[in-house]
Amino acid sequence: MFLNFFFDLKNANLPVSLKEYLILMEAMNKRVIDSFKINDFYYLSRSALVKDERYLDKFDKVFGHSFKGLENTSEVEEKEIPEEWLKLMGEKHLTDEEKKLIESLGGWEKLMETLKQRLEEQEKRHQGGSKWIGTGGTSPFGAYGYNPEGVRIGQSESRHKKAVKVWDKREFKNLDDDVELGTRNIKIALRRLRKFAREGADTELDLDDTIKSTAHKGYIDVKMIPERRNKIKVLIFFDVGGSMDAHIKICEELFSAARTEFKHMEYFYFHNCLYDYVWKDNNRRYNEHQSTWDVLHKYPSDYKVIFVGDAEMSPYEITYPGGSVEYWNEESGQTWLTRTLNTYENAIWLNPVPEKYWGRIASTTVIRQLFSDRMYPLTIEGIDHAMRELNK
Amino acid sequence: MKFEGTKSYIATEDLKVAVNAAITLERPIIVKGEPGTGKTMLAHEVASSLGSKIITWHIKSTTKAQQGLYEYDAVSRLRDSQLGDKKVNDISNYISKGKLWEAFESEGRPILLIDEIDKADIEFPNDLLLELDKMEFFVYETGETIKAKERPIVIITSNNEKELPDAFLRRCFFHYIKFPDVDTMKQIVDVHFPDIKSELIREAFKIFYDIRDVPGIKKKPSTSELIDWLKLLMTDDVDAKTLKEKDPNKLIPPLHGALLKNEQDVHLFERLAFISRRENDASE
Repeated sequence: MFLNFFFDLKNANLPVSLKEYLILMEAMNKRVIDSFKINDFYYLSRSALVKDERYLDKFDKVFGHSFKGLENTSEVEEKEIPEEWLKLMGEKHLTDEEKKLIESLGGWEKLMETLKQRLEEQEKRHQGGSKWIGTGGTSPFGAYGYNPEGVRIGQSESRHKKAVKVWDKREFKNLDDDVELGTRNIKIALRRLRKFAREGADTELDLDDTIKSTAHKGYIDVKMIPERRNKIKVLIFFDVGGSMDAHIKICEELFSAARTEFKHMEYFYFHNCLYDYVWKDNNRRYNEHQSTWDVLHKYPSDYKVIFVGDAEMSPYEITYPGGSVEYWNEESGQTWLTRTLNTYENAIWLNPVPEKYWGRIASTTVIRQLFSDRMYPLTIEGIDHAMRELNK
Repeated sequence: MKFEGTKSYIATEDLKVAVNAAITLERPIIVKGEPGTGKTMLAHEVASSLGSKIITWHIKSTTKAQQGLYEYDAVSRLRDSQLGDKKVNDISNYISKGKLWEAFESEGRPILLIDEIDKADIEFPNDLLLELDKMEFFVYETGETIKAKERPIVIITSNNEKELPDAFLRRCFFHYIKFPDVDTMKQIVDVHFPDIKSELIREAFKIFYDIRDVPGIKKKPSTSELIDWLKLLMTDDVDAKTLKEKDPNKLIPPLHGALLKNEQDVHLFERLAFISRRENDASE
């Protein structure tokens, strides 16, 4: 029963286990849902199999796929948009030439079928791949001015139906894993980077030690220990200006999240690549800058270092002295980065540019090599991995 | 035993299925969702709908799993022993029962609410795995086993500050309360204010959902905040006309303090209001 569905979920990389499947079977057996309505089954299986809202969207997709065709047994109100209407609409607006083209493509039915297929294909490829239909006029679909929205093929399969199925609404879409979601999620990701240690004044009663000591001495001998605190210290370098302007929002979010998460956090700005000075206030960057040497000397090596930047520049800006676009730097950016990496054992680079483009940008590759691959995308998942790396 | 929602709580279909599954299969249910969507309320409502007793265990960052079972007060026993107190001979005098113990002993089928489980240490849920699975635990000091008379209905809420361990999640049902849509929200408001004017509601809703849609807003107002705001509007006798008013000086909704909870959001809103005013002026 529903084994295929279970394996579909597994194949879609949802973390479902046998235990959860058995619980679902038990619930079905005990008639938790009294009738066999597909909606109720959807709710029940979702509650039993999905344990994190990140996976809800994936679950919806798999559910829709696995139970394709079954929806007719449900009580969902269905109102078909007669295909005739669409046809008429189309014919009204088409020239004879175009009509011939439709015929050559195998007629209306065929065309709609292909359009549907292509839409599905497109969905499988990537959300952003919306260029498939409607641009350039090379695709037959753009040419007739059929807005896919207008034909309502927005969701797979629900083309002729007004009532969209619950799981097809995809209400949990933006809870998915690799979508950026604002400071709260970043905070949670940053929270991986915590290390508690007892430090500072003795404020807590150490019960074990007190009892031991009391037994030893024969009178009550109170022992105290310091409180547990998060002792992680973080140094963040932000790339500002130029190509980074596009990423201001996500950087702001990261910054405000990091500020609340870490007790000891220092931040500095640089432009494109790290050279011999950095600054703390962008308005006064030309008169109030600090020597990078001072920074390296001031903060001890147990600080964790995070660079945030798109690493997009001419490779010369990294590798050659005088490469900076702003002034004459005596030593190359590479020298400064290596120096920093030698000072701080735990350092990573967060890149707001999506990972798939990294390979095409020479400077990104150079920096990635300098950081021995410790470059992570600025997504929740990326931050998560980065924090694990910093914790090593 | 079946949960159907109550007069004062609107439960969506999916929530009901999840809660009933948890009740029938006697497994804990984890409830997550945006702040203010009624996670904690749910437990109280389930209790009142089923007519059972509710036992609440609020979790803090310092809470240990053991505290839910029982605590052995070694220090006071030590002190009593020095004073020669008679009590000292019986160890059970120094054992105080935790919430789980209380729930296990209680008559009828109680509801145990473990509130904000994510506040505790990461190991906390794991430490309770066996106890919640078997509904029994062992007291080392006295050598007795405490077993639940009737398996309590366990409702756990989480604010997602920490991820919960997989082993723990596997044993539970899960429900994510999504932010209510306009229709559900209307029902919720109806439950709280049966005699509110529909025109006021319409205008208030418009403002409320508009605020939630403002890009870049730091803290989105939630259901509980909407309810508070409506309460204020009603006590102050603000009518729908005032809400509709497009007076340039009053672009910020009246009594906005109930909806916008930090000054950056208020500034942002003021700025947007200013821009829209300028656009209006230009178009006139």
